[in-house]
Amino acid sequence: MKKLESTLKNMLLVLTLVTAISVAILASVNALTQGPIAETQANILKEAIGQVVPPFDNNPAEQMDTVTLSGQTINIYAAMKDGEYVGSAVEARASGYGGEIVVLVGFDAQGNIYGYSILSHAETPGLGSKVDTWFQKGQKGDIIGQSLEQQELKVAKDGGTVDAITASTITSRAFLQAVKTAYLAFKGNTKEADAASSATTQVKSTDDDSSSSELTEE
Amino acid sequence: MKNKLIVSLSPHVHSGDSVKRNMHGVLIALIPAFLTSLIYFGLGALIVTATSVAACLFFEWAINKFLLKNPEVSILDGSAVITGVLLAFNVPSNLPIWIIIIGALFAIGVGKMSFGGLGNNPFNPALIGRVFLLLSFPVQMTTWPTVGQITSYTDAATSATPLAIIKGLIQKTPGVSLDQLPDSLSLFIGDNAGSIGEISIVALLIGLAYMLYKRIISWHIPVSILVTIFAFSGIMHFYNPDIYVSPLYHLLTGGVMLGAVFMATDYSTSPMTKKGMLIYGICIGLLTVIIRMFGSYPEGVSFAILIMNAFTPLINMYCKPKRFGEVAKSK
Amino acid sequence: MKNLRIVLNGIITENPIFVLLLGMCPTLGTTSSAINGMGMGLATMFVLICSNTAISLIKNLIPDMVRIPAYIVVIASFVTVLQMVMQAYLPGLYSSLGLFIPLIVVNCIVLGRAEAFAAKNKPVASMFDGLGIGLGFTIALTLLGAVRELLGTGKIFDISLYSEDYGMLLFVLPPGAFIALGYLIALINRFKKA
Repeated sequence: MKKLESTLKNMLLVLTLVTAISVAILASVNALTQGPIAETQANILKEAIGQVVPPFDNNPAEQMDTVTLSGQTINIYAAMKDGEYVGSAVEARASGYGGEIVVLVGFDAQGNIYGYSILSHAETPGLGSKVDTWFQKGQKGDIIGQSLEQQELKVAKDGGTVDAITASTITSRAFLQAVKTAYLAFKGNTKEADAASSATTQVKSTDDDSSSSELTEE
Repeated sequence: MKNKLIVSLSPHVHSGDSVKRNMHGVLIALIPAFLTSLIYFGLGALIVTATSVAACLFFEWAINKFLLKNPEVSILDGSAVITGVLLAFNVPSNLPIWIIIIGALFAIGVGKMSFGGLGNNPFNPALIGRVFLLLSFPVQMTTWPTVGQITSYTDAATSATPLAIIKGLIQKTPGVSLDQLPDSLSLFIGDNAGSIGEISIVALLIGLAYMLYKRIISWHIPVSILVTIFAFSGIMHFYNPDIYVSPLYHLLTGGVMLGAVFMATDYSTSPMTKKGMLIYGICIGLLTVIIRMFGSYPEGVSFAILIMNAFTPLINMYCKPKRFGEVAKSK
Repeated sequence: MKNLRIVLNGIITENPIFVLLLGMCPTLGTTSSAINGMGMGLATMFVLICSNTAISLIKNLIPDMVRIPAYIVVIASFVTVLQMVMQAYLPGLYSSLGLFIPLIVVNCIVLGRAEAFAAKNKPVASMFDGLGIGLGFTIALTLLGAVRELLGTGKIFDISLYSEDYGMLLFVLPPGAFIALGYLIALINRFKKA
């Protein structure tokens, strides 16, 4: 077969054709994957919440509530099991050494820390960046299971009981600050969540989107 | 019998200036800083410096012999010793031996020999080693022992450096305040936590005076760095004295003095002309303050010097002196 | 036999990373671990095979003056398909490779092979060229990723070989990519000479 000449008509025709075929293929693949992608996106937030609160059977991402505390808008996701309230995941922020640390702190129904996960941070690699594992269960700075009811969590250097990350006291302080903020927001919100969980189930689709995209970036 | 009549190109009259002589001069200038480090860190400083020098000499010898198969022995010119001392001066005195050896391998192997040895390296080898260690072992590299623990090595108690406090102020971290900083006199004589060779400003200044007197270096690079840092951090201090500390602190803390006197002035990595040296020094000063105030590491001198090392060929290109007899182009 | 030679050519003689030094951006950006390097390599290989075959099939239909835009549209379509499929079924790998997946479109290896090979050869040979170059790319990225992961964290493919405390963190960070790649190329050149 001879190669087509580079005439204006040929060029227009070929480019249109190539683009049309490409559009057709992409449209059909998009139709196929749209469902699974949306599902995965939703699961990412649900899984992040699942890591920090007791087992649940509702979709906490849809049970979102917001609390404004000292200028911060804090998202709270309530987890339910068999219609009963089991805990909340609270998304709190604090400014660390290299920038903002966003922490998802989970509390059980009694208000004890059930788990946490770092959604985003800009701490120094190898130092402050250890924050995502340092305070987990069984690690050096284990804070899981503690309650902030009686006493604040503080690093040892400030007279507290928590071991700070080696050489990263500032990051550790910021992390505990975020946990404290989360706890205050949680406490201010529990009664509401307890009594009127159905009343706070209004889903703001925009909020939902922004929080889930933040999670995917992580 | 050796032939004594050597035919060579000019110059025939030699001042006796040589690589070896200059390197030995630098080593002498480093002695005061080494002595103060012994007073404040004792055993730790001795172990770290000795290990670093020995490792640097060994790697230079081994790479020359086995990898480059270079018949000339280059370890006697003193440059590897200086790299070893400067590397040790840039790390805390409680650094484990194996980390120092990795640092020396990186400084000599990657920073110097990869490029072909002394004179061909675009970056200061000791700084390459230090920055490599800082990024690789941040925990060990940023826990500085408190001064005065003469007999302890890796078991020394540690404390925050003044720079970490300065950074904390800028970040508005709870629990950090201005009065945690040591007073400027103790910073000046070296009574504060820090890397081995950087703590004592007065000892480094004695070294600077000696090198200027012996004409090993000219004043342009150190002075332009120090003046720029003072001016820039002074402007920031006037803008908001609550979070930006006084410019004097910026000069007295961290590696500014060590960097300005001994690291930035390294021959093969700094510009050749006076004008070029001034541009180079001013840029190092600006970058240092920018990294200290807005970067994620508390100290910026080593990064600033390495960045400007990369610009040195460019600076040299634009600051060429006029050839003898050349006439400026008429416009 | 001829096809085998084409594949080997892509892996060894014209290895895109170690010999041609093409596609440096994903090479340096995604090889922080062996698995990431391998994922990126396989993703690129998929695009290379598909685009080489498709372009070779339609090469005579495309007038010379518009061949670059036409090739780019073909490549971009395959990349977008890949991106959507990965997002749906491999979200973990997708989020760790992130921006580098759509950037395969502008990876010069892909367009380079379309121009240099697919536009001049038969579809089957072009497919094998895509396979060879893709394998060469994957092997190089996996190797670089493994070296960086081992030096940086003491692990290869998440299997711990020595304590992470002794890992040189620098090798997982961007500067480590440049240094590790430089020494790998030096090492390979040395063996080639010998």
